[in-house]
Amino acid sequence: MRILKNIVPKALMIFMIFTLVCGVFYTGIVTGIAQVFFPDQANGSIIEVDGKKYGSELLGQQYTDEKHMWGRVMNIDVSTYVNQDGDPVMYAAPSNISPASQEYQDLIAQRVQKIQSSHPDKKNIPIPEDLVTSSGSGLDPHISLAAANYQVERIAKAQNMNESKVQDIIKKCTDVKFLGILGEETVNVLKVNLMLDGILK
Amino acid sequence: MMTGTILQYVIYLLVLVVLAIPLGAYIKKVMNGEKTFLSRLLIPCEKLVYKVMRVDISEDMNWKKYVISVLVFSGIGLVFLFLLQLLQGVLLGNPQGLSGVKWDLSFNTAVSFVTNTNWQAYSGESTLSYLTQAVGLTVQNFVSAATGIAVLFALIRGFMKVKSKGLGNFWVDMTRIVLHILIPLNLVIAILLVAGGVIQNFEPAQNVSLVEPIAVNDKGEIIENANIDLNSQTVRLNGQIVSGAKIVTEQFVPMGPAASQVAIKQTGTNGGGYMGVNSAHPLENPNAFTNLLEMISILLIPAALCFSFGSMIKNKKQGIAIFSAMGICLVLALGVIAVSEQYATPQLAQGGNVDISMVDQPGGNMEGKEARFGIATSATWAAYTTAASNGSVNSMHDSYTPLGGMITMLLMQLGEVIFGGVGCGLYGMLAFAILTVFIAGLMVGRTPEFLGKKIEPYEMKWAVVVCLATPIAILIGSGIATALPSTVDSINNGGAHGLSEILYAYSSCGGNNGSAFAGFNANTVFLNVSLGLVMLFARFIPIIGTLAIAGNLVTKKKIAVTVGTLSTTNVMFVFLLIFIVLLVGALCFFPALALGPLAELFSMF
Repeated sequence: MRILKNIVPKALMIFMIFTLVCGVFYTGIVTGIAQVFFPDQANGSIIEVDGKKYGSELLGQQYTDEKHMWGRVMNIDVSTYVNQDGDPVMYAAPSNISPASQEYQDLIAQRVQKIQSSHPDKKNIPIPEDLVTSSGSGLDPHISLAAANYQVERIAKAQNMNESKVQDIIKKCTDVKFLGILGEETVNVLKVNLMLDGILK
Repeated sequence: MMTGTILQYVIYLLVLVVLAIPLGAYIKKVMNGEKTFLSRLLIPCEKLVYKVMRVDISEDMNWKKYVISVLVFSGIGLVFLFLLQLLQGVLLGNPQGLSGVKWDLSFNTAVSFVTNTNWQAYSGESTLSYLTQAVGLTVQNFVSAATGIAVLFALIRGFMKVKSKGLGNFWVDMTRIVLHILIPLNLVIAILLVAGGVIQNFEPAQNVSLVEPIAVNDKGEIIENANIDLNSQTVRLNGQIVSGAKIVTEQFVPMGPAASQVAIKQTGTNGGGYMGVNSAHPLENPNAFTNLLEMISILLIPAALCFSFGSMIKNKKQGIAIFSAMGICLVLALGVIAVSEQYATPQLAQGGNVDISMVDQPGGNMEGKEARFGIATSATWAAYTTAASNGSVNSMHDSYTPLGGMITMLLMQLGEVIFGGVGCGLYGMLAFAILTVFIAGLMVGRTPEFLGKKIEPYEMKWAVVVCLATPIAILIGSGIATALPSTVDSINNGGAHGLSEILYAYSSCGGNNGSAFAGFNANTVFLNVSLGLVMLFARFIPIIGTLAIAGNLVTKKKIAVTVGTLSTTNVMFVFLLIFIVLLVGALCFFPALALGPLAELFSMF
């Protein structure tokens, strides 16, 4: 009992100090520096053109239009979040499905069929896997170079555009590996589509 | 392609070792109260804390007082965090207007953060206010990590000191660890993360326009192939107007103080994400640069502590021996995960219709993985985060191949001693080392000794408790859960994989890891409470055991090294130690693993 009488006040005191130091000061200092030096990154890398917010370059959206580049498969969630007017807004979640299950085999087979039927010229070419798999966040903004190149002919035809023009856009929206080694080379799908639509230059 | 991928694995391992060695030296200096390059700035702050606390820094606590201090301090944190979540609805710092968290989820999350587990039954962006994230979770991320390191140093002092009683002063240890080690390190990392694109603000969440609007029917389901007319707000399917359909034109962009939380959740082997999907989320981990920072941070302090340990006991070889044992296990585990994920599954390959090659793409099993990370960066993270008891993820382990998923589970089941949590990984491994010298001593017929101290029945009993706490918590917990019919409702995948999901949940909580086979819905009253109890047991029983061992060792005299002394720094000891760790793990978990991931593996072909 006597030992507790000694310990409890000190524990309470040090807990308050740490809450102040780690919760308030630390978080505050990082936020301050972030907002002064890196305002774009700290606020969600949002693409804004003429006052309209066209998405965050870091968050994937779903594209099904023939004229657009398609991204990773998304599990859309329209039930968790609403906007100020109470209307649903879109978010997404990962599948968490086992890639060794029968269910998965059937699901992928369906997706393969869908992609093949929209790309009749590519009948005998295997489909790059990014177009038939879900990502880890469910919101992956990128696809691989292989998955982007696979869609060039379809996009060019639907947009009435030269294939080389589509390829140029892809090149502009390609993120390279860090230091040329780490991570993977990827294409930012939102940026490609905003360029295809003439919104981004 | 292949060499590029292998090079990534090599770099990730090398960077870790290169940074861990100097940090290890720094930590040792801090804990001994020696001068460092930050002393001039931080010593005055440290003194101020002691003054405000009215703590007598010369007090040397015996092991019982040290234990009670740990328990009281953790208890206060637990109650505070529990209440903070319950009441967040009526407090400041809540621009999203989120309501208070339900009692069972609050309990689970409070336990989860106080025990350095950071299991996520909650989803950050939809459940927790900015105040809860910053003043609740971030603080526990710091202090639960500091507690682990403090207990480790109490144990080290038990080995070093001769015929005395004190193990050090818990308040001084905590203050030094937080002020000199965790705060400076995380300030640097957090700011670099923001520069790389991780969000850090106090704005309410934003809504931005979708390039392609989405049509939703009155049941809230997506209408595929719908024709959407935004002007007249009508949705047509095959020419027919769909009545009651809604058009979604905006996307949700979460906001808040993420980077500051993410830095400490990585370095403190906490792992509880700011976002529900943790570091797979592009706003929490946007690219390979931020990923490198976050991923190295997972193992940085646990690896550095091996070197601090060696230099504390003035036997650097001993630190290197322990580091080597951990490192060998890590590399083996990483190898299996990497190969298995690169190989993918026949269900994905579809007889060659799907391209899983490495040309212009990472190849392998990309289900549940981000394009920017591919296989190498995801597999390395998976190995690091389960070897350390971190539990953050940058890919979804539930969607790993059976073998890849099994290794992540096994790393946790081994008791989180392959580097493990900050501090707790190493004191867990030292308990295994005590077990090893005892078994080796039996074989050669000598009284076992470790670091010059005789290992006697008292130490052995507690070492066994420390080593077996995790298996007991996991097996009893998952056993009860599996027997309950209601648990089945939480399962996302059927068959053997369903059992794996349950086993993974209890392994993660029993190892104080916190990662998940995330398809499993753990937010039910039974699971929140039972997993909470498992976390408490697996955290505090080993802490009590470790301090009890330290308290007994510190009273003993040093015995001289003779030719007959079993070397604990040579290659043979390293492999003996690995063998004992694997043996205990395999004996405990082989039957369960055979019914889960192994069964799934054999039914895959």
